[in-house]
Amino acid sequence: MTTVTTSFTLNGKAVQADVEPRTTLADCLRHKLQATGTHVGCEHGVCGACTVIIDGAAVRSCLTLAVQADGTQITTVEGLAPNPTELSPLQASFRKHHALQCGFCTPGILTTAHALLSEEPDADEERIRDVLSGNLCRCTGYVTIVEAVLDARAAYAKNTKHAKVAR
Amino acid sequence: MKPPPFEYARPASLEEAIALLAQHNGDAKAIAGGQSLMPMLAFRLAAPSMLVDITRIQGLNSIDIDENGISLGALVRWRDIERHAELAAAHPLLAAAIRHVAHYQIRNRGTVGGSVAHADPAAEMPGIAATCDAEIIIAGAQGRRSVRAEEFFTGSLTTALAAEELIAAVRLPTWKHGRRWAFEEFARRRGDFALAGVALYYDLDTDAHVVDPHVGAIGVADRPIRLKSLEQLLAGRVVDEALVREAAATAAASVSPDDDIHAPGDYRRSLLGVLVERALARAAGLQLAEQA
Repeated sequence: MTTVTTSFTLNGKAVQADVEPRTTLADCLRHKLQATGTHVGCEHGVCGACTVIIDGAAVRSCLTLAVQADGTQITTVEGLAPNPTELSPLQASFRKHHALQCGFCTPGILTTAHALLSEEPDADEERIRDVLSGNLCRCTGYVTIVEAVLDARAAYAKNTKHAKVAR
Repeated sequence: MKPPPFEYARPASLEEAIALLAQHNGDAKAIAGGQSLMPMLAFRLAAPSMLVDITRIQGLNSIDIDENGISLGALVRWRDIERHAELAAAHPLLAAAIRHVAHYQIRNRGTVGGSVAHADPAAEMPGIAATCDAEIIIAGAQGRRSVRAEEFFTGSLTTALAAEELIAAVRLPTWKHGRRWAFEEFARRRGDFALAGVALYYDLDTDAHVVDPHVGAIGVADRPIRLKSLEQLLAGRVVDEALVREAAATAAASVSPDDDIHAPGDYRRSLLGVLVERALARAAGLQLAEQA
């Protein structure tokens, strides 16, 4: 079995892992780098649970090989909170709006919404619903998720980057 | 499931990539965004001995618009098309169709070349290529060749691309100013593959007669197809409500999709008629009366 080394920046830290070429980025994160916040659902690009942000774009880490991530900047759900005791504005908004139930899909939804609002801080409800159509949630019915993302937009507005969402 | 084992190479040039493909006697596959190939590997429908990653090859990711038409490099992503400032005006049909491709996360990674090489019969990009008389620009050891889209797609997930060749670009003819067009598709959920879809366009002469109609359909055959009988029906006519209804019937009668787990063939055939009706009415600016 041949392995290759892949090196990338994970949540601001330089990391590297020796993986088989066939290893998906999702499995590399979870099994090699112990970053288990990224969840793996369907393993073929349908459910969105494994969404991570590569070079600013939300992508499915089960449809990306770990070797293809070489040299990139990756943000996972672990990279959203400013420190272990404080939620990011988006996470705080999810808490405020009860935007999760079992929580399995939540890492993928948070990374997706974070990438979206970072690029499009004034995304409207239709745009948010369109984007979240790539993330399956079987608990919530999405209503509270959409409300949480809408409410978090203020924190991403260009001039108030560090604004907090009211608890 | 996990993908089967394979070797991996990430060449820096097109020549190197083609040489690698040739060395593996048809058993190597190119990967770019991986949004079609990775699921194929996960389902073990594909088991190549080597993946040749073409994402770091320079010069394959540009969108060029000039007097000869529009060239989309193989590595152009759906996201790039969506965000391109001039493309919506330069080729509105392409822009409208690409809005239907998959989901946000897949659009951030999926490529034009990947979709065309994968050749899903319900995919939008192959459908637009077939509808618009696109040329698929193919790079191989002997240089480049160009294949008309209609000849490129040879069956379900099957194309005229040889194992040691790569798609370099898709070239669309210039979009004429004032052209009438519409794209319609139906999928059960947003981002799903279409159960059926229609792309159509035509020009008008000074008396509002249809000139040079092009009608393509996805999801109703083993490849993207042109609805030639419908194009013949439309040519030289004025589009009115009666013609729209006749067009829908002609379109439905011209296809015979198979039954599959997503829909019976009869359903897709009926759906195609409805979509043709909607597309043609929209292109012509007609409000159709509700039918009982």
